[in-house]
Amino acid sequence: MSDPTSAEADAADDEPAEDAPAVPDVELPSEAFDAVLDALADREPGKPVRFEGFSAAPDEGDGYVFAAGDRPKTMGEGELHEALAERAAAVTDWYVFERVVGEFGPRRAFLRWIEDADGETVATRYAALAEGIERAWGELRITATVTDRGERRYDVRHADDAGVPVDELDAYEDPLDARDLVTFDEQGRYRPLKTAPSLAGGWAFPDLGPRDLYETVETIYPATVANWHREREGELDVTHWRETMERQSGIYGVVKTWDRGEGYEHVNWVAEACCDDSQCLKRREWQYDDETDLDVDGGDGAFPCREPCSVVVSAARKWTRLESEQPRTYEFDLTPSEKEQVEAIIDAVADGRTDEIREADTKEGANRYRTRFLRAKLFDDEGNLGGVPTEPDEE
Amino acid sequence: MQSLVIVAHGSHLNPESSAPTYDHADTIRATGAFDEVRTGFWKEEPHFREVLRTVEGDEVYVVPLFISEGYFTEQVIPRELRLAGWDVSEWDSDGLSADQATLVAEDIDREVHYCGPVGTHRAMTDVIVRRAESVTNDADVGEGFGLAVVGHGTERNENSAKAIEYHADRIAERDRFDEVKALYMDEEPEVDDLPEHFESDDVVLVPLFIADGYHTQEDIPEDVGLCEDHTEGYDVPETVDGTRIWYAGAVGTEPLMADVVLERAADAGADLGTALDDVRETTRVATGD
Repeated sequence: MSDPTSAEADAADDEPAEDAPAVPDVELPSEAFDAVLDALADREPGKPVRFEGFSAAPDEGDGYVFAAGDRPKTMGEGELHEALAERAAAVTDWYVFERVVGEFGPRRAFLRWIEDADGETVATRYAALAEGIERAWGELRITATVTDRGERRYDVRHADDAGVPVDELDAYEDPLDARDLVTFDEQGRYRPLKTAPSLAGGWAFPDLGPRDLYETVETIYPATVANWHREREGELDVTHWRETMERQSGIYGVVKTWDRGEGYEHVNWVAEACCDDSQCLKRREWQYDDETDLDVDGGDGAFPCREPCSVVVSAARKWTRLESEQPRTYEFDLTPSEKEQVEAIIDAVADGRTDEIREADTKEGANRYRTRFLRAKLFDDEGNLGGVPTEPDEE
Repeated sequence: MQSLVIVAHGSHLNPESSAPTYDHADTIRATGAFDEVRTGFWKEEPHFREVLRTVEGDEVYVVPLFISEGYFTEQVIPRELRLAGWDVSEWDSDGLSADQATLVAEDIDREVHYCGPVGTHRAMTDVIVRRAESVTNDADVGEGFGLAVVGHGTERNENSAKAIEYHADRIAERDRFDEVKALYMDEEPEVDDLPEHFESDDVVLVPLFIADGYHTQEDIPEDVGLCEDHTEGYDVPETVDGTRIWYAGAVGTEPLMADVVLERAADAGADLGTALDDVRETTRVATGD
């Protein structure tokens, strides 16, 4: 699981490009050295622990074989310490990923991705970490840094708060505190979908270790790292619309009747309504079925959506009932502006813009006074548009 | 590495629905008995379908935070967790005795221990009593008091009434309360007529629900007559037809519920160390003096 990189790459890095950021000085912490000794104690002679550009193995006796480049050298513990301390960046990098981060696939892949540990050398990464590496994940801004002991530290906050001094934000340490940050949007409304682009800002986790970073992201956007990881491994299990609806039972069993073998336009409408990037930050990978792609865009999110979620299934249940109705012809008169106003109201609600329309801005069709005027003019005492009853026999 | 996964219903509409799940998960985390404690939901995230892929451990215990055996524990959860070869006969239950089944979860290709719901565990009886202690703020409550255990009737699920009767009978056998009755929302004896079913002047009403929501905050208070409209609120106790009713709200919000989650995992083979004792101690009601 270690990431041996060729000695050549290491050597090439000894002469950094002129404008490359400086590689920070790193001390070798005792816990990292002890971890190396523990790892060596578990090895057979000739089975080295590999670091970027060098390796160490136990010898046949009490000593070690240290190999950098082409000449292995036998040495005692003191000399090994000296050799590793000279290469503290590579040793601490090994320690972070092999001992702190650990093997769990999603966590390891995510933390390595943040600093491009599978693409860049230790020197390049440590130089970049010294400046701060920024990554986006949904609405999050993650900034990774490294201490002078080679430890990774992470700042997580809303992307809108990038650059805001930490003391102007509510600072947190415990990843589970993020549960309270994701429950309500900025207007205090409950967020039923954690990947909706409605995460409130004003907070930061300014100084997390690797595991706590992973847990914080997992709390804010549950299972997104696991699904992203599966996708990178080519193992994302996508369950398409039809299969998902076929699986439903109980009060949701009715949704399977919405697919009548007459096309999938209704599913295009569902995806446009619920899964657009303006509504959910997951990138929709599910389609109508494994042979039929939907016609609407799946979005650009970093993490995939692998099947219709519970919000979509619940809404689909409602639409299944509503869409079983037959259209009727209703007749009532609207002025051209009134027709456009009805369209403006639908647009404003669908785009969540009603709160942005100013109280006295009567140029806006979805303005409250304009809408109240329309209701006063066109509704009868029973609330029927144009005085036309919904059911014909109500007349 | 030992992992606990608590699975619960959750809600698209009500943030209180998942609150007890998180609270009990936190209580159990604090004991250190599990290397990780995860939560998964039917209506929130991570969904049942995706929670197992967030789990790292190789000994995985899944405990449903549900009141009774039925549609969710027998059909929805095993299906959504993708438990290979699941059949309700795996539990060999009479509606109250589901303990655990060990099956491969296809999502992660590892075995998980799928436990019976918390609501039917014998330890749940103690949580109902503890709830009565909490709402009366009296660790010795019993003498001079009646206790009503309330739930759905059989209309939605025949096992729902079984769980309520089971716990009411067990509490009655302890001779702690002057009277113990099982009452229902949609069948006789109905909770609407609570004062008619009790001779005691004081009655603690404990709804057997996991979370506070529509049933416990609107339905039952209005049906019992604690208030005309739930938006008005009510006192604890509130006097209705001469009976002082101590309305406890959902039993699932009682901190001792964490103990039942642990009991379920222990019955399925989890190694808990001193966690059971720790939870019983930390969730205790202070004695009144």
